[in-house]
Parts: sequence; structure tokens; C-alpha cells
Amino acid sequence: MMEKNPKLLLPEIKDLHKIEVFEQNGGYQQARKAMKMEKSEIIDIVKKSNLRGRGGACFPTGLKWSFMPDGIDKPNYLAVNGDEAEPGSFKDRRIFEFNPHLLLEGILIAGKAMNLKAAYIYIRGEYYLWNKLMQAAVDEAYEFGYFGEKMKEKFGTDFQMDVYVHSGAGAYICGEETSLMNSLEGGRGYPRYKPPFPAQVGLWGMPTTVNNVETIATIPKIFEIGPEAYSSLGAQGHPGTLLYGVSGHVNKPGVYELETGITLRSLIYVVCGGIPGGKNIKAVIPGGSSMPVLSADEIDVAMDEESLKKIGTHIGTGGVMVMDEDTDLLKVTLRIAHFYHHESCGQCTPCREGCGWLEKTLKRIYNGDGTSKDLDLLVSVCNNIEGNTICALGDAAAWAVRGFVNKFRSDFEKRVKAKRIFQAPNIAHAKRATADTLIYES
Amino acid sequence: METTEFKFTEEELKEVEKYISKYPDKKAAVIPVLWMAQRKFRHIPKPMMEYIANLLDQSYSHIYGVVTFYTMFSQKPRGKYHLQVCTNVSCMLREGDKIYQMISNKLDIKNNEVTSDGVFSLEEAECMGACSGAPMMAINEDFHENLDITKIDQLIDSLK
Ligand SMILES: Cc1cc2nc3c(=O)[nH]c(=O)nc-3n(C[C@H](O)[C@H](O)[C@H](O)COP(=O)(O)O)c2cc1C
Ligand code: SF4
Ligand code: FES
Repeated sequence: MMEKNPKLLLPEIKDLHKIEVFEQNGGYQQARKAMKMEKSEIIDIVKKSNLRGRGGACFPTGLKWSFMPDGIDKPNYLAVNGDEAEPGSFKDRRIFEFNPHLLLEGILIAGKAMNLKAAYIYIRGEYYLWNKLMQAAVDEAYEFGYFGEKMKEKFGTDFQMDVYVHSGAGAYICGEETSLMNSLEGGRGYPRYKPPFPAQVGLWGMPTTVNNVETIATIPKIFEIGPEAYSSLGAQGHPGTLLYGVSGHVNKPGVYELETGITLRSLIYVVCGGIPGGKNIKAVIPGGSSMPVLSADEIDVAMDEESLKKIGTHIGTGGVMVMDEDTDLLKVTLRIAHFYHHESCGQCTPCREGCGWLEKTLKRIYNGDGTSKDLDLLVSVCNNIEGNTICALGDAAAWAVRGFVNKFRSDFEKRVKAKRIFQAPNIAHAKRATADTLIYES
Repeated sequence: METTEFKFTEEELKEVEKYISKYPDKKAAVIPVLWMAQRKFRHIPKPMMEYIANLLDQSYSHIYGVVTFYTMFSQKPRGKYHLQVCTNVSCMLREGDKIYQMISNKLDIKNNEVTSDGVFSLEEAECMGACSGAPMMAINEDFHENLDITKIDQLIDSLK
């Protein structure tokens, strides 16, 4: 039996970021093992572990890898997603800082499994320091012969790949996988239509897989403890350990590596020491600002994708944002709407205009000029964004705002003028340009 | 007044070559090279965009499009100290928005403006991935977490 809550990704080992220390602690042994395996063997192990992506969508990693075409004469790429711009997420940064070689080892295993020519680690521009730390680790790994030409000698195989660190320049949308590819190619970060999917047409038109940093860093650990042991950790449908990032109104905010399935209540009260001043909880966002909010009476939920899905939200990036009883939720919702409006890339009308409407309408309510009709308008705009856009940023904005308005409707009602004017929101829609005046006039 | 020449030195051009070699296509070096320009000049004006377009065989309009898309590139010079104060949710819950307002009042500049002496510029930033250290701001590249609202004055004055 494994100990409870093993520290797989962030063990407490001093100087683990140094390659010698990493090697002394068994580092790069799993990559050695993988180099002697067949591609299908590696993918089977990942599939068996039931690992699901840590970037937000929880897609099964083994399955994703199996989409990469086999036996064609084209270079294959991996983009490691370290954009980490989802508000409330700050976990991948710990891996760059404390265990970068684990990520590199994961990249080697992925490299062998998907016959990669190269992997690009895309790190958000704001993480200047972590860009440097990661680059330093890459330089060390090359020096020690784990990448590039020296690989053949090091591992005694024919396989060879490269790894590069690439810095973003400030755009949340570049975390979306197809936007990330456009950004990596040196363009504006516009998401692409799918299909074709990245596994067919990705970076520079070649087969590409996009995985989150935490996902890839988990791979060597699955090889180390075995896929069965890994899949028995935490919640069944979504196993393993997760880097929960807790922020907001808690006594001990931070990143905690724990098994999936811990209740949100114990995460907040036991792990993070409860709410400052002994206050009550008003609301909790369970997985980054895109995920629908939970109210205080829902915090007994288990923190894994399947359990959260049952109550209408998602684990997302595991970024938990806690709000105490004195929080102005209208202000929070307005700030979130502002974020999505600011970050919308502007390609699709429902997202570009809709997010603007959400912000404007919330602003009006916040300024005391809203009517209860505005609350319906908000929900209606959300419904019109969702499912009608190229990428999921539009959905995220809709989920977030609708979650707050529906769940805390009574709070919002207190902030609007009671007068209810029956005007179908789609009239406003038809006269898009004058929607603002329309609402003001009424 | 001396005029700045918007180009790279021999040394820097070697670095550009290094970036180009990382990708199968020259175009992918655009963002790394723009970063070099932004760091060197604290902004990327039109002549520099034209220079980079030339250097990487891209059209000026492509470079311009990229510069305007990403918030960390700026066409106007930024202050010697560029202050990015996070006001997103986790920071807001811990008074990040108040800190932003305080700094804005103190320096008498608004979002994306520069003080007249060119020392400070201010940006109301989105989540920078440091939420457990909220409230936080970045001064140029360095993160300052767990800001103490009563010590903001001191912090800013210590930079001057
Ligand atoms: C607007 C938007 C932003 C995203 N930001 C990130 C991000 O910062 N990091 C990340 O890993 N995934 C992000 N994703 C998810 C990626 O598109 C993709 O699903 C993920 O990187 C896949 O990795 P995984 O399978 O390992 O989870 C984002 C998605 C959307 C729609
Ligand atoms: S949904 Fe929004 S962010 Fe995504 S492609 Fe459309 S406009 Fe851009
Ligand atoms: S909300 Fe401020 S750093 Fe995340």
C-alpha cells in the first residue's frame, strides 16, 4: 500500500531542481526504461493509469497520445502548456521552480511514445524568472546528454529529440491549445477551428499534442509507481494527486499536492487553516475563474472531476478561490466579466460582443442603475455566447457569470431597482448597436 | 538630445540567430526577438518593428499585428519601473484593487500611463499566477507578493 497523499510532483527534497540531486533521487531512470519500450507499450501504461489532463478539460492523456499518427514521415511535436493564465491558477510555476527535471523526464517519455522531433515548453511572459529557471534546467539536461545528439550515447537507442523553452507575451487566450500553436509560430494568438485537430494538423502543419505542464510532469511518476498504483490513488474516475492552488480568504493560501477526491471543506478548513477572522464562507470557485461558482452549502463535494460535474461545475485547473461572507459578489462577477472581455481575442462576435455586454451590464448594476431585467439580460447573453464560439473562452465567460447570477440571484436582486420591465432580451439583440440606449431608456 | 538608433548590435544579432535556429520556421522567432527589443528600448516603436520585419523576412503589418496583440509589448516607452498591479479576483479579495488605486493616485497616472519624468508606468494587470501571495504586483520582471497596503508608499519611494 502506498502512503496517503504521496508527494509525487513536489516532494520535499532540497535542491531538487539541480540535475545531480534529481539523479540521486532516481531521476531520469523512468526515461531510461521508456527508451527501451515500444511506443504502444508506453501509451498503454499511460492509458492504464487513467491520467486525465491537468490543463482544465480533464481529457484522458493516454487516449490523446494515441491520436498521434503512426508511421508517417513527418516530424511530430509536443507543446507543453505552461501559459497558466487562468485566474486562480499558480501551480505549474512550482514545477518550473522546484522540479523542472521531472517535467523534462516526462517530455522524454512522451517523446519516445509519440516519436517527437521536438517539444516546446510555452511559458507565459509574466513568468520571466520561471522562464529562466526552466531554461537553466534545459541547459543542464543537454549538458548531461539527456537531449539532442548525446542522447544516443546516453540511452543507447536511435531515438533523439530536442526541447526548447518559449516565452509568451501576455495573453490569456494563448493557453487555449490552438491559440498557443499560432502564438508559438510567431503570430497573433487566434484560436483555430477544430477540426482539423492538432494531432493531424498542429504546429507548422505537423502532428502535434498539447499537454499541460502538470500532466507531463506526472508521467515519470506513473512509470515509477506503476499505473495500477497510480490509478488507485484518490477518486476513481479521476485518479492521482493534484496540485490544488488555494487563494483568497483562507489562512494558509498556497499550492498543496493531495489526492483527488478530498472534500472542498477539508481542503479549506483542515489543509488551509480555515477563513481569516473565523468568518463564514460565502462562495468558492473550485477550479479557476472559468468554472461555475459553488455556494457555502456545497463545499462537502469531493474535489474530482466526476463529483464536481454532478453539481454543475468542474475541477478546471484546481485553482480554488475562497470568498468569505463579507465579499461583494457583484464586484467579483464584474471583475471576472472584465477579465474575459479584456482577453477575448475578438474573432467570434458572440464572445467579443457578448463579453462586452456582460461587463457593461454588470457595471450598470454595480453603479446602482440596473433593473432586475438586467439580470435576465445577463443570463440571456450568457446563453447566446455558450456553444457559439470557436474556442472555449466564450463558454468560460458564460459559465462564470451565469454561475454567479443564478446561484446568488437574491444577492443580485438586492442591488437592482425592483422595477421589472418585460422586454424580451432578443429585441435588444436585434438592435445590437443600440442595445445600451434601449436598456437605459426602459 | 541624442537620438536612439533602433537596431541590434552584432552581439544581439547572434542571439537572434540562436532564436531562429530553435524553430523550423523563421517566423516563430518573432516573439522572442520582439522581447529583445522591448527589453532593450522599453518599447517597440515603428522603426524597430520595420527593422525586425526586415530581419525575419516578415511584413511590417505582421509585426505590427503581433505587437498590438500582446499586452506585454508596448509602442510607447514604459517607465524605468513598470508597475503591474494585479486586481484580479484573488488579489482583489485581499485589497489588490485598493493598492492599484493608491498607486494611481500617488503617481497621478492612470492605467497604461507613464509619469512625466519617465520613472514609473502603471498597468492594472490580470492574474499573474501568484494568487497565493495576493495582493501582488510586478515591478518590471520581479514579483512582489504579500504586499502590505500600509507600506506601498515606502516601496514606491524606495525605487525613486
Ligand atoms: C481560454 C482557455 C485558456 C486555457 N488556458 C490554459 C492554460 O493556461 N494552461 C493549460 O494547460 N491549459 C489551458 N487551456 C486548456 C488547453 O486548451 C488544453 O486543453 C490543455 O492544455 C491540454 O492539456 P491536458 O490535456 O494536459 O490537460 C485553456 C483553454 C482555454 C479555452
Ligand atoms: S471564443 Fe472568444 S477568445 Fe475564443 S476564438 Fe472566439 S472570440 Fe476568440
Ligand atoms: S489574482 Fe492576482 S495573481 Fe492571481
